[in-house]
Amino acid sequence: MVSPILELTDINKSFGHVQANKNINLKINKGTIHGIIGENGAGKSTLMSIVFGLYQANSGSIKINGKEINLRSPRDSIINGIGMVHQHFMLVENFTVLENIILGFEGETVFGEKLQKAKEDLEKLCQTYNFNIDLDATISDLSVGFRQRVEILKSLYRGAEILILDEPTGVLTPQEVDELFKILRSLKDEGKTIVLITHKLIEIMDLTSEVSVMRQGEMVGHTKTEDTSKEQLAEMMVGRSVLLRVDKKEIKKGETIFKVNDLSVKDDLDVTRVKDVNLEICSGEILGIAGVTGNGQTELLEALSGIRKVESGSIELFGEKISDQNNFLNPRMLKEKGLAHVPEDRQRMGLISDFKAHENLIFGYHDQEPYSKSAILNNKEISEYSNKVMQEYDVRPNSPNLITSNFSGGNQQKIILSRELNENPKVLLVGQPTRGVDIGAIEFIHQRLIDMRDKGAAILLASVELDEILSLSDRIIVMFDGKIVGEKENKNVTDRELGLLMAGVA
Amino acid sequence: MEFLSDIASLINSTLRISTPLVFAAMAGIFAERSGVIDFSLEGKMLMAAFVAAVGSYYLGNPWLGLLLAIIVCVCLSMLHGFASVTHKGDQVVSCVAINILIIGLTTALAAAWFGQAGLTPTLNEDQRFLEIHLPFADALRDIPVIGTLYSDILSGHYVFVYLAYLSVPLVFWIVFKTSFGLRLRAVGENPSAVDTAGINVFTMRYKALAINGVLIAFAGAHLSTAVNANFFREMSAGRGYLALAAMIFGKWHPKTALIACLLFGFTDALQIRLQGVELPAIGEIPVQLIQALPYILTVVLLAGFVGKAIAPNAIGQPYIKER
Repeated sequence: MVSPILELTDINKSFGHVQANKNINLKINKGTIHGIIGENGAGKSTLMSIVFGLYQANSGSIKINGKEINLRSPRDSIINGIGMVHQHFMLVENFTVLENIILGFEGETVFGEKLQKAKEDLEKLCQTYNFNIDLDATISDLSVGFRQRVEILKSLYRGAEILILDEPTGVLTPQEVDELFKILRSLKDEGKTIVLITHKLIEIMDLTSEVSVMRQGEMVGHTKTEDTSKEQLAEMMVGRSVLLRVDKKEIKKGETIFKVNDLSVKDDLDVTRVKDVNLEICSGEILGIAGVTGNGQTELLEALSGIRKVESGSIELFGEKISDQNNFLNPRMLKEKGLAHVPEDRQRMGLISDFKAHENLIFGYHDQEPYSKSAILNNKEISEYSNKVMQEYDVRPNSPNLITSNFSGGNQQKIILSRELNENPKVLLVGQPTRGVDIGAIEFIHQRLIDMRDKGAAILLASVELDEILSLSDRIIVMFDGKIVGEKENKNVTDRELGLLMAGVA
Repeated sequence: MEFLSDIASLINSTLRISTPLVFAAMAGIFAERSGVIDFSLEGKMLMAAFVAAVGSYYLGNPWLGLLLAIIVCVCLSMLHGFASVTHKGDQVVSCVAINILIIGLTTALAAAWFGQAGLTPTLNEDQRFLEIHLPFADALRDIPVIGTLYSDILSGHYVFVYLAYLSVPLVFWIVFKTSFGLRLRAVGENPSAVDTAGINVFTMRYKALAINGVLIAFAGAHLSTAVNANFFREMSAGRGYLALAAMIFGKWHPKTALIACLLFGFTDALQIRLQGVELPAIGEIPVQLIQALPYILTVVLLAGFVGKAIAPNAIGQPYIKER
């Protein structure tokens, strides 16, 4: 019989009127990798922040090794052997690795002996786990993968027996993910207990031995990983069966309505990022742009949506030239011509995070009837519209007066999507529609895009998720180093083929 | 020789004039490194000058006056902390409120207690700080160079001048060589990192503000109980802002902030020196222009002449733990 190292009983936590955790019970066995899965906003991070002492539960008890403990601050948790690697790293960027790790556990008022000892201990730890970290390096010079290792090292140095990782792979490249998993497995072999919070099913199947599923603040199931499947877990997470593949009707291709001729675009540093790109999109078609991040997709989308100046070449909409190097239409004029844009970076370009949801829902149309009349906003109309559209798009929580930054990534994306699809655009430019979005919302967003296509819109979809490109597009082009290096009809194309093109090899 | 003694007296007054700036800049470093903007250096310096003058007058001992000034300034810093750390108010607004409050308060209290708006009675020799003459200063004066250096530059200052320049290495040591300093810098850069390390962010910021209050009190006491023998209305004359500029120019670092303070002090000393002097080819420079020199320098330096000043990352942002 394995004894639970961590046991949570009836944990409740509310923020204002939102109950983030409801009567949570959880047992985590020593020496296992335990997955906690759930959609964004299901309360996983809140629960683990309670275990880490960052938040205090409203009620419930926490036992470590069978002993009930009272966690008033992270200090209590650290002393009890709990370490946490947060989604946003808790590192001081202009400090060295060493300074970050000893922060709060310096052991002496004036730096001297203990600092030396800490350095020696850390070097030993680095060797044990093969971390390869320079303790005197400044954090801002380190890659994201290395910063994460620093976080892990920090927890280990502070004596963590239970290591909680909150969405650790969200910011990593596939190679870095492999490295991380290797580290986690070796930690497990050392007898450490690992709690992995994620919304990615594949990671759970890959790494964990047990899994707990959360949905809307509640714990909805525990199971051994070997006894379950991705589909089952997805259903538990969302609360209904989820299509992990998209159903798509046969294409009904219309005439070409959007055309790009020999387009070149420079970025802010005056480097040419898009080189002589030619493409055409017909109505009723989704054209996918595949490519590794930073191969000109961003600049291409920005130029097409009227945010960035065209260096040479031209863009045509319905046969009418809308942009070339001399003049270009601004996003507003393009919108009036039926072109909508869902930007890649929703925090920076898609939304004003400090605004309320209902303000973002009508932004760009706010000066038009019925939302305003004679330069005065018609709040009644706006609130009616917001309520309606938030229900239609299943934005959660369904409260138009909530500040936008309080919504999860998926729900923010739904807000943008509803705004951009609102006027039934003829051409839709979409960048990374599901980055940082949970499964339930991904399914919804994909379905909306397919609906638009079936209604006859021409859609340009740029995504770094190959699966997404493959499941949505009718035709796929691959960008590498600003050029289009390949074009395929989406029939019998494999991700391997595309992968080679994306790497610039084929 | 006359040239040499001119230079010596210029350096001497530079050191004296820079003194309150140095204290204030060091005070500012503590507050701002912890992530709390402190525009209220100006107001606190003025309050310290007032309290020190009044305290010395009634208690007959300038050290007791200084002690009172420290207590009052720490209280004002705590007030700033209460508004902007505990209650997460806008830090700039809190500072401006303190500055305005104190301009009015000092004037009104002086009127109520001494019958003169914004003026306190002149302190006698027992009630104020006097210049300290280092041993053998007179005897060594005639030795070339060393004598000048020792007797005319190093000797003959108020106690605050020595304390100010001693405070710089002390501040450097605290900020960069102690665990308190590490936490202080961390809390101004990324308070979440400090919180997850099990350290209370609010306590850290209050501690930093308390030190800030102590240091700024010295600047005020220097003005009213050392270089002058009474308090007069708005006697801080923008030095708090100037020190803040010096601190930013010095990139929140004690050593470079000291250099900036000395530079401002030097231009001020120079302008006093240059008044009425006929320069060859140019003639007499209008006095207003000369007096504006330190301020013009501030604007020029801050307008990017020294490169981008990188402020502590979390400066001006109240720490909100739960969403």
